[in-house]
Formats: sequence, C-alpha cells, structure tokens
Amino acid sequence: MRHSDHQTYPGINLGDIDPRHQQRVETAQFGFWVFIMSDLVYFGLMFAIYITMIDAQAGGPGPHELFDLRSLFAQTVLLLTSSMTVGLASLALKYHLGLGRVYLWLVATLLLGFGFLTLEIMDFMNMAAKGGVPQRSGFLSAFYGLVPLHGLHVATGCLWLVILMIQMQVVGVTDQIKSRLMRFGLFWHFLDLIWIGIFTIVYFGGLAYG
Amino acid sequence: MSSVESTVFGRLTWDALPIAALIKNPGTNEIVANAAGAILVLGAAVVLFILSYFKLWGPLWRDWLTSTDHKKLGIMYIVFALVMLARGVLEGVVMRAQQAAGPGDGFLEAGHFAQLFSTHGTIMIFFVAVPFVVGFINFIMPLQIGARDVAFPVMNQISLGLTVSGGMMLMVSLVVGEFSTGGWTAYPPYTGAAFNPGVGPDYWIWAIVVSGVGTTLSGINFAVTIYKMRAPGMGFMRLPMFCWTVICSSILIIFAMPPLGVAALLLAADRYLDFHFFTNDLGGNMMNYANLFWLFGHPEVYLLVLPAYGIYSEVFATFSAKKLYGYVSLVIATMSIAVLSFTVWLHHFFTMGQSALINAVFGVATMLIAIPTGVKVYDWMATMYRGRIRLSVPMLYGIGFLILFVIGGLSGVILANPTIDFQVHNTLFLVAHFHNVLLPGVLFAMLAGVNYWFPKAFGFRLDERWGRISVALWVVGFLFTFMPLYFVGLMGMPRRSFSWEDPSFHPYMIVAVIGALIILLALLSVLVQLYVSIRDRARNLVPVGDPWDGRTLEWSISAPPPAYNYAVLPQVRDRDAFAEAKESGSAYLKPTGYDDIELPKNTSIGFLLCVLSGVWMFALVWWIWWLALGVTVLMLLIVIVWSFDTETEIVIPAAQIKQEHEAWLDLVARTPAVDRDDEAAPANLGYARPDMEGAT
Repeated sequence: MRHSDHQTYPGINLGDIDPRHQQRVETAQFGFWVFIMSDLVYFGLMFAIYITMIDAQAGGPGPHELFDLRSLFAQTVLLLTSSMTVGLASLALKYHLGLGRVYLWLVATLLLGFGFLTLEIMDFMNMAAKGGVPQRSGFLSAFYGLVPLHGLHVATGCLWLVILMIQMQVVGVTDQIKSRLMRFGLFWHFLDLIWIGIFTIVYFGGLAYG
Repeated sequence: MSSVESTVFGRLTWDALPIAALIKNPGTNEIVANAAGAILVLGAAVVLFILSYFKLWGPLWRDWLTSTDHKKLGIMYIVFALVMLARGVLEGVVMRAQQAAGPGDGFLEAGHFAQLFSTHGTIMIFFVAVPFVVGFINFIMPLQIGARDVAFPVMNQISLGLTVSGGMMLMVSLVVGEFSTGGWTAYPPYTGAAFNPGVGPDYWIWAIVVSGVGTTLSGINFAVTIYKMRAPGMGFMRLPMFCWTVICSSILIIFAMPPLGVAALLLAADRYLDFHFFTNDLGGNMMNYANLFWLFGHPEVYLLVLPAYGIYSEVFATFSAKKLYGYVSLVIATMSIAVLSFTVWLHHFFTMGQSALINAVFGVATMLIAIPTGVKVYDWMATMYRGRIRLSVPMLYGIGFLILFVIGGLSGVILANPTIDFQVHNTLFLVAHFHNVLLPGVLFAMLAGVNYWFPKAFGFRLDERWGRISVALWVVGFLFTFMPLYFVGLMGMPRRSFSWEDPSFHPYMIVAVIGALIILLALLSVLVQLYVSIRDRARNLVPVGDPWDGRTLEWSISAPPPAYNYAVLPQVRDRDAFAEAKESGSAYLKPTGYDDIELPKNTSIGFLLCVLSGVWMFALVWWIWWLALGVTVLMLLIVIVWSFDTETEIVIPAAQIKQEHEAWLDLVARTPAVDRDDEAAPANLGYARPDMEGAT
C-alpha cells in the first residue's frame, strides 16, 4: 500500500507524473467542482419552486395521498449505499487493491443506481395511477420538475459509468481515466446530497406542510 | 394535414414561409417581413458564393471552424456578434420608423411590431452583447494572465457552437414561421400555450436554453482559467483590471445563468407537456417566472457591463500613459457590484404586488450600486488627470462613456425609487434608461475594445479617421434616438406600443427616428472603417505588437500572436507587468532556453454540435419528434465517441519556437521605436519608445 505524497491529487493516485500533468488534473477537478456548483443552483431553484407550490394542489391529490414512504426508504438505502460503493471503488483504485475490486465496486454502484431508478419509476407509476400526474396541479408540476430531474442525473451517471468502464477496458486505466473516475465519484456523491434534500424537503416537508 | 405528414413534418407546413402571407394578403407589413427574410437569405447566399468563389472552404474549416485556439474562437464570437448587431440595429430603425409614422397605426401590424421588439431585445442581449463580451474575454484574458489557452479549449469551442446555433434559430424564425411576440423577457401566461399556441415562444425558449448552456460553460471555463492558469508571479492583486472584471463576470455567469435555464425550461414544460408552473389555472404562479427571470436578468446586465468597465480601465490607463488610479478600490468596487447585483432583481417588478417594505429594501439595494460605480468613474477620471493623454478612438469612446453613462446611471437611481417607478414603469423612460446604460456602457466599450486590440489580433491598426467619424456618429445617433425617449416616457408614452394617438408625442418620435438613421450610419461607418483599414493595411502594420505603449502582457508579444502565445511563459514581478518590464529594460530579452509546447488539436466536435443542436431546436419548435429524438441520440453518441479520443494535443518542438521567436526578436531590434506623437502615423510599427514619466 502506498500513501499519497504531496505530489498527488488528494483522493486519487496518479503515480509519479510531472507537475504539469498534475496541474492539468487539478484544473479539471476544479472545473468540475465549479460545474457542480452551477448545477446545484438549478436544483436549489427547483427546491424553491417546490416550496412555493406545496399548497398549489388545486384540489388534486396531495403528499398524503401520493407519497409512499416505504418505497422512499428503499430508494434512499439503495442510493446511499451506492455512494459508499463508489467510495470503495475510489479507495481500491487509490491504494492499488487490484482492478478486480475496482470493477466489483463500480458494478455494484451501477446495479444500485439501476435499482434506485427502477423503484423511482415504479413510484411515479403508482402516483400516476392515483391521479398524481404533473398536468393535475402546480404542486405536482413542481414535484415532477424536481424529483425526475434528479432521476435524470442518476440515469446520466449510470450511462457515464458504463462508458467509463468500457474506457477502462479500451483505453486502459490511464491517468486520464483515473481522473475521470474521480470526477464521476464527485458527481455521484453530489447526487446523494441532492437526494437528502429531496427526501427531507420534498417528501417530509410535503407531508408536514402540504 | 394527414397523419403521415404530421408525423414526418410535425406542425411545419408551407404556410410557415412569410411568402405565403404575402401572396394571401399583400401589404406593407408583409413586404417588410419578406424583405427581412430576403436580406437574410441573400446575405447567406452571398457569403456562400464568396467562400466558394475564393475557394475558402478549406481554410475556413481547417483554420477557423475546427480551431480550439482561444484567440480564433474569440474573433469568431465577435464576428458573430457584429452580424447579429446589424440585424438588431435594423430592427431598431424599423421600430423607430413605425412609431414616427405619426399618430395612428403606422405601417406594421401589431403582431409584427411585437416580434420586432422581442427579437431586437433577445438579439441585442443574448446574441450581440453576450458574444461580444465573451469574445473579448476569450481573446484577451488568457493573453493578459500569461497563459497559452483557456482551461478547457474544446469546451470553449462547444460554447461558441451552442451560442451560434441559438442565434441561428432567431435567423431561421425570420424565414420559417414567426418569433415570439412576448418581448425578450417572455412573461407567461402570455407566452404560455393557452394564449400563444404558435411556434414563436418555442423559438425563444430553445434559443435561450441552448445558448445559455454555451454561456454557462464559458463562465466555468474563464473562472477556472483565471484561478488555475496564471503565469508565475501573477498574484491576484497583480491581475490586469480587465481580468478582475472577468472573474466577477464569470462568477455571475455561473450563478445567474441557471435561473434563466430553469425559467425557460419550466415554461417549455408548461407549453409542451401541459405542466402548471406559470399557467393561470390549477395552481400555476407566474410570479415564480418573474422572480426566476430577473434573478438571472439583473446579474446579466452586470456580467455584460463589468468586462466593459474592464476594457475602459485598460483604455484609460494606456492612453493616459499612467498606471490605473485606485487599482485596489476598483477591485473592491467590481466585487461589490458583482455581489450587489444579486440583491436587486425585484426592482424589475416593483409594481407586481409586493409590500411597500420589500420594494423599499430592493430600492435601497439598487441605489447602493451607484456607490461602487461612482468610485469607478472617479478612478477613471483620476487616471486621466495629468496623464499623457492621446485622444485616440478608444479614448474618445471612453470619454463619451464617462459623460453619457453617468446620465444613464442617474436615471437608474431615479427608477430605483419605487414611488417614481410606479409612475414611469413600462414607459419609454425605462427604454431610454437601459439604452443609455447599455449603449455607452457596453457597446461603446466593445467598439473601443475593437479599436484598441484589433492591431494585436490582426497585426495592423484600424483607420483612425473613420474611427473618429464612427465615434461621432454613435454618440450623436445615441443622443438623438434616446434622449427624446426620456421626455415622451415622462409624458406617459408606453413602451412597446405599435400605435399611439397623442399628437404631442410626434416631434419626439421624429427626432428619435432621425437618431436611429444616424445610428444606422454609425453601423455602416464601422464597416467602412474595417474596409478602409484592410485596404490600407500596409501603412498600418504593427508587427512588433505594441502600438499603444501598452502596459499589460498581451502587448509584449508579436501581432498577431503565435498560436502558443508565449514562447516562454513570462515571469511577473509587478502589476502592469509589461510596463514594468519596459521600464526596467527587461522587455524583449532573449530567453535562455525553450521547451516543447503542447497545444490542443483541432477538432470538429464544436461545429458538429452547433449544427446538430440547431436541427434539434428546429425539430422541437415544429414538433418533429422523431428528428428531435434521433438528433439527441446522435449528439450523445458524438460526445461519447469523442471522449474515447485521448490524443488531444499536438506538440510544437522547441526548435521551431526558438526559430520563430528569435526571428521576431530580430525584427524588434531592427524596428525604430516611435514616440507617442507618432502613434497614428505609418511609422508606428508597434515598437513603443517608453516616455511614461513616473508611469509605474
């Protein structure tokens, strides 16, 4: 096991590379942080819209009729676990625990992501069956503007992860691919954070105030 | 329409062409609409013909469209902005003509007039001001901080592609279908499906969303470039003022563009999927739109004007041959404006039902912005005080700005008072105000910047005489067009009215249309200046690269600069790094050694995404679902395939750099230095004799 020295980017092991490439990786990581910040503004605004529209149910079904807390619990467990598995993949990469483990944790992440998406879509279908469609009210529009936006991010993340695993095969686990994996991890943790906002504000907040 | 046809073509039919309306209903209105379409089609045909006739397709593709060089991308942004500016100005002239046609209905139909003010606003903000500013940042900022490119060159190219394809949608809307009639702000519920089922608002939505993504990516790119890629020794407090304004502007882009994207996409959800975000029924709330739009809209004006302030800061310092007065206060003022710009959005709708207290808070916040802006005005004047002032073209724009912008700013302070705003909101007073800040503030700065940096980009100076004519025409045209609008606004003439009755408005409308014609001449004079300068370029060459005795790093390299900008990255020891180098005699020294330089390879991804996103938007506007879906998949595939290409750079060998750089250094040694008295003379080959007493 080799610990990172001052030359390497925290959280990732690029081996012995020259400072210019180090600088390049750092720039890309920083740029991705800035992108996430911008994306966060999107979500922040959608949360704000949801909060202003909690009462705009226009006589349609509200949180108490529509929200299924058991499914919510399962979705939360799947997504938070997937954040852990992606963390384990990063650690396996960083401490040279073998590519097998990296793949193992990445595939686990992917499966958990799929599981989450499946439950979420089933949730939406159940809601629709009870008349909870976005066309029904401002409240439901705000719900469907926010929660599936997160789902779309998760789906994009799954696609990204599939492509990354193909690239690990085709291109090899190069510095570039490692730095992409690092950014994927950031993205995935970010989606977890948004989900925590969703279950507290959208679901619990909706049940408390809706 | 049969179901097969509607599956293939969506809601697109032959009636979408303006010629159909002309045949059915011949009249002035249709003639104007068709003439506009004809100008566009003819213009495009002429460009295609010239490209084919002079066999320019190859060079255009290799040197420009696939380039990832920040300098070329910057130039393309500015060319695009100028093309769109021509359309925006023409629309302004037609609108002034309509209102000058006397009491009554004029010669245009109400819907056509509404399209004109909607496209005029949308174009001038999103497709003139933004690309102009982004173009300058692209060209200048990496040079000023001593970098070889921006942080993400390919993303930069994609940004340009998305901005241009958004602009193209406005052009397409001229020929196929119609544009929105909802103004540049596109307030629902008017722009919702219930009141506006046509294609107009959809053109607006997608043009804004796609170009907005492009601008957001630019903002990320610029911020990261400044944070991570400054030359050794270039601490933040040594950054040129322009770069400070770019940081603030980038931060504004990163935080302010998302609200616009959200507003437009939610409006799209309402229109396409029958959601109820902003509808009148089922719990929709249009105030959410107003808040979202202006959460973007107010920072937007500062993200445009801050880099303009940056350009003026460079111009005043250079043409006064003095260091910028009050650098630290300018930095603080810029940052203050950036922060305050997020706290004032509500002043765009004082009349829309908030409590008096909330209005008062936002009114006071708005007035506060006058303080840092005032600091800037004094700093610029103090920079000129006892300087070695040359009244060159950029300087003339700058002085015009100082006087006119203060008037515009003061009318803004007047409007910031909610009680007064209740009287004059939605009148031409407001139109006069924002044109008074945007023309002298942003447009004059852009034109000053063109005159100032053109020699750096192309290696020869612009014609001074035509430049002066241009300044005169812009300033006079501006005064004649917009000063009368303050008065009719106070007299109660509403903005955006295609028809009016009160005869006392008439004289003002006549003066304003004369002004609009002068502005048209001003636009032509810019083109004449360009033509004359290219024709006489042999007399205006500045190969050494420092025609104005510049102070910042971009003047320390050849004009035009090599692809890699700096043969050896500069070591910065002070603010105004190049002025310091000239003073201490360390400018134009032969470096001790050279290294290989890696530059980003050309790529066609930006161009492909430009074309495909254009098709995608068109398909969505016309409900051609199969095409929209197909293009979405195609764009995804292109990005995925591109991500497999890991050889993204070419290496320029040190030997080649050494040879090129030393050839230029020899040229510098052979070139006679000129005094500031000969700045505009053919003798000015870009080698400045330092005569800045106490300048650093």
